This record gives sequence, C-alpha cells and structure tokens, in this order.
Amino acid sequence: MPDDRASSAPSRSIAPEPRPGKLTASDLVGMYRTMVLSRVLDERIWLLNRQGKAAIVASAQGHEAAQVALARATDPARDHYLIYYRELTTLLALGMTPLELLKGFLCRDGEPLSGGRQFPTHGAHPRVDLFSFSNVVGTQLPQAAGVALADKMRGEARATIVYFGDGATSQGDCHEAMNFAAIHRLPVVFFCENNRYAISVPLSKQMAIENVAARAAGYGMPGVTVDGTDVIAVFEAAQAAVARARGGKGPTLIEAMVERLFPHTSDDDHTRYRSADDIKQMRGKDPIAILETQLRRQRLLDDALHTEIWAEAKRIVNQATEQAEAAGFPDPGDFSKRLYAEG
Amino acid sequence: MPVMTVIEAVREAMREEMRRDSRVFIMGEDIGARGGVFLATDGFLQEFGEQRVIDTPLAESSIAGIAIGAAVNGMRPIAEIEFADFVWPAMNQIVGVASRIRYGTNGTKFAPMVVRMPYGGGVRGGLYHSQTIDVVFAHQPGLIVIAPSTPYDAKGLLKAAIRCDDPVVFLEHKRTYRLVKGDVPAEDYVLPIGRADVKRQGADLTAVTYGLMVHYCLEAARKLEAEGIEVEVVDLRTLAPLDRETFLESVRKTSKAIVVHEDYHTYGVGAEIAATIAQDAFHDLDAPVVRLTGPDVPAMPFAPTLEAEFMLSPEKIASAMRELAAY
Repeated sequence: MPDDRASSAPSRSIAPEPRPGKLTASDLVGMYRTMVLSRVLDERIWLLNRQGKAAIVASAQGHEAAQVALARATDPARDHYLIYYRELTTLLALGMTPLELLKGFLCRDGEPLSGGRQFPTHGAHPRVDLFSFSNVVGTQLPQAAGVALADKMRGEARATIVYFGDGATSQGDCHEAMNFAAIHRLPVVFFCENNRYAISVPLSKQMAIENVAARAAGYGMPGVTVDGTDVIAVFEAAQAAVARARGGKGPTLIEAMVERLFPHTSDDDHTRYRSADDIKQMRGKDPIAILETQLRRQRLLDDALHTEIWAEAKRIVNQATEQAEAAGFPDPGDFSKRLYAEG
Repeated sequence: MPVMTVIEAVREAMREEMRRDSRVFIMGEDIGARGGVFLATDGFLQEFGEQRVIDTPLAESSIAGIAIGAAVNGMRPIAEIEFADFVWPAMNQIVGVASRIRYGTNGTKFAPMVVRMPYGGGVRGGLYHSQTIDVVFAHQPGLIVIAPSTPYDAKGLLKAAIRCDDPVVFLEHKRTYRLVKGDVPAEDYVLPIGRADVKRQGADLTAVTYGLMVHYCLEAARKLEAEGIEVEVVDLRTLAPLDRETFLESVRKTSKAIVVHEDYHTYGVGAEIAATIAQDAFHDLDAPVVRLTGPDVPAMPFAPTLEAEFMLSPEKIASAMRELAAY
C-alpha cells in the first residue's frame, strides 16, 4: 500500500475559496506596512553586508509592491510558491519573520529555510509550501509545472505561483515550462518581475520585443503586463490568474514592470552599466513612495500613522538583528547530514 | 517461474508499481501510443490512461524539471529519457537540482523520482545512440545510480527505485533488453539498493563489472574455466552508493582483480574501484589491478568495424583475464 508519510509535500486541508473581491482600506495599509518592513529589513541587511557580517544580499527594493500584492491574491494555506532570489517581501508577506530571515543572511543556527546550507532566502519555508532550490535562473519554471501537474492529477484546486526575473525568460527552461503548462492547462501563475536588467544586460539585449507578456500568445495562454509599482493593478491581475488556475482553466503569464533600485547584488556596481539618467529616473519609481502618496490622497495614511508604521518596522528589525546576532553558527558536524533518506 | 527479457522485466516492474500506488506515473517521449521506442510502456496508455502515461514534447530539461516538481508535491514520477545520449539538456535539473534538494533544504523537501534511460553500445547506434553515461551521475553525491544486468535484478531494483525517497538514475543497457533472458518471479519483490551481487564464484581472480559487461565477463569466465582458471564475477548493480565490501571480500579471496566497464577509461568507475582495492586490500594483492574499459574516444563510431574496435567483447575480456591469471 502507498505510504502517505513518504510525501514531501506538507499535508494541508483545503479551506473554502477565499472571497474574491476588491482590496479594502485596511488591506492597502496592511500591504504598505509589509512593504515598509521589507524596506527597513532590506536596508539593515545592506548595512550588515557593509559591516562584513552578511556575505551577500540580492535586494528586493523596488519590487515590494509587486510581491506584496501578488501574495495578497493567493492563499498560503492552499497554494504553492516557487520563488527566486529577489523575494524578501514575498517571504515576509507569506509569514516568515525578520528574525528567521536575518538568521539566513547571518548564517545563524536555526535558520529555517536551509539550515544555513544555501544562500539567504533559498531552501524551503517551514510553514508554507514555498521553495527555491537552485541559483541557476529558470530551473524553477519546469518544477512549477510539475508541482501543478501533481495537483491536477489529484484533482486539487490549488494555484502554483512561480516567480522569476526578466533574465530567466531567456532560458530554455522558461520556454519548455510555459509550453507544457499551456498544453496541459496546468494551474500555474507565471510571475515575471521585469526590472529590465539581467544583472547588467538591458532588456534590449535580452529580447527583440517590448514585453515578456507578448510571448504568452505563442503558447496559447493569456499574458498581461502590469505596472509593478501599483498594488491594485498587480492584485487584480494576480487574482484573475489565481482564479483561472484553481478553476482548471490553465496558466497565465503576468509581467510586472518594476525597478531594481539597487545593483543586482551587494557584489555588483550598477554605475558601471546604468547611466546617471537611468538611475535618477528609476529612483522616481519607488513603489513605497508611490503607495504612500496614494494612501495619503485617499486619507488612509496621515503623519501619525506613517511615523507609527516606520517606527514599528525599525523596532522589529532592531530586535530581530539583536537576536540573530546573538545566535551561534550551525554545528560544523552537521554539514554532511540529511543527504539521503537514510543518513 | 516465468522467463523474461530485461525489457519485459522493466515493463513488469513499472506496471506492478503503477497498479500498487496511484502516485506513480510515467512521462517521456513517445511513451504513450507508441509504447516507448523500446516498448517499455507497451500497453500502458490503454491500462492507465493519458493522465498517468504522459507523452511529453521533445524537451528533456522539462521532463526532469517537471518530475522534480511532481515529486516534491507528493507524486512518484518515472521520467523516461529516450536515450541516455539525449539527457544532456536535463543535466542541470538532475545533477544540478534533484541531487541537492534534500541537502539544500536541510532535509525538509525531497524528490522521490526515477529517471530511466537506455544506455550503452554495440547496437549500431553511432555517436548519439550508444553512450555510456554512468560515471557522470555516479560522481554526484545526492543521486542514486542503478545499472542492473539481468531481468531479475532489473525488476527488483526498479521497483525499489520507484519506492525510494531519493532521486534515482536508472540505467538500462539497451543491448541487454532483448538479448538477456532469465527467471523472474511473478510476485512482488524488491532488491536492496546499494548491494552488489556475486554472479559467479571463482578462486583465481575477481572481475568487478556491471551492465552488459557482466554477461561478457561471464562468457569470458566460461572460456577460462576450460583452461583451468576460475573467475569470480562481481556485479555492482548499484554504482552509487557503491558497495565496496562485496568486491573487497572477493579480492581478499582471489588476490587478483580486473575491473571491466564500457564507460570511458580516465576518471572512470574502474579508477574508483582500483583505488579502493589499493587502499583497503593492498596486502592481499598478487598483481596490479587491471582496468579494461571503453577507450578515451569521444563516442562510439557507427561503422561495424569501428564499433567493434571501440566495444569490449568476451574475447578481449578473456584475453585480459588470462594475462592477469598468469601474472
């Protein structure tokens, strides 16, 4: 007889479909709060990097709105998430704590994603079916098709969200995955965070067309380009794609146009390949400033709440930094364990 | 007990496991209506349906990547790569990802998947349908690599592979598919992964081998028997994890060892085995360890004369054994 214990997927009961609908005022403020927490944490990690304490950071600054809005359109108790390396806001939005994430950046004992074996934010989320196995861009796309195929075979109405940058769309894996998902109408949401740079290579040298989403037509699935600094636009596109996936209607490609406010990683220097004008212009598209303006215009945010939200984020990040720095490093004797099922 | 060929045993193993466990499914090129290029899945589409017998596009990387995703999401995929020569686009997913999932998640995720592939030469397959690829996978920790030689081993090990919680590369020598017949129990049985098998007892020298070369070594051993030389043949069956104890025990008894494999010579399985013997059975040796292997030529040539020169044969093996016995 099949042994149910031998499944590496977390067993989760399916709750009723979450209500569709629009974002409420408190949703918008909640998303702003998560984005601010992500920004403060991201800035702290840069600081720790420059102090020589965090070996590497791939900053999510500029991607926060797209990530928080997509997460809000999904159900972490139901859906699957295959992320890539620039997903700090996604991880916070899906329930990881700043302390857990800082332990990853500082390689401390008890780091829950990979036990300090992988780069920060790689490995598997301890409570949600979210994972990132490889640094080779694009490998997660066929894997997402496989995750979705398993759900479809069992008749389970879950969406599989797969995240990638514009750079990954040049990989053969991207083509193979989109093609297969479309053929079998798999419940996948392909989410491209297009920040116009594959490390240093601009979009014009990655593709001869304007938008990644245009490729969807070639696979026979819907493709949509949205402003990735607009939480409502991303949420609405994501909600439609998730409903389409869970409803058995097939995959969707969403391309969220975002800005990468910092270099590719802490080991990169974008002034070597971005013009001063380009850098100046993209700084004007900071999604946190954009949402802040919108919330103030709608009278959902005033100075007092603004101060409270930023102070709260700083307090949380300060405390998490202190706790993470106080933790020890992983036991070196552990390095060769959990290699196979036995041993 | 029914007599089967290797391909029949492979088919029977998959059929039994698919009947036993609804999580098991198979995907690959031409495996549906065609039943696989070697008919490994003959009749599967009719019995199990399109949901569990998935004809894929010609896209090996996604065959492996989709298998990974389905495996971490609770299924037991069998991914068929049509020929081992075609696996290169999938190396990133198999060697680069599947092998590291358990390690890279500190044991919280794992990929119970089998990647089956016909490999090996002597079938007039030329440069791109003859390849041995054994050591490329066996070198990567985190993968299990199985290469059976007989129908009995093929069935028992493939069933064990499908039930295994780690990614398994299952190498089927295509020349054995119809050439090799043997008794195979009709009932359910599994064989232990990581255990070699002594296919023939002998006191004078030990041949360590696997795959098609097991049969060539047995044929060579029969020739030498007439000359009064008794050869012990150790079939590794699993390349990773490697069962060192079985061949070491044999070498301690015979004091002479020859490693025979079709895969390339330099940095090959033979080098690992020779080094193990040198390290752990040095004082038992009466002769240097001999490696008789495929040549360091990029791939198997097509013309029959060239192919025969590339391939090992029972005659070449018998000659090397004779020389070793006389040392």
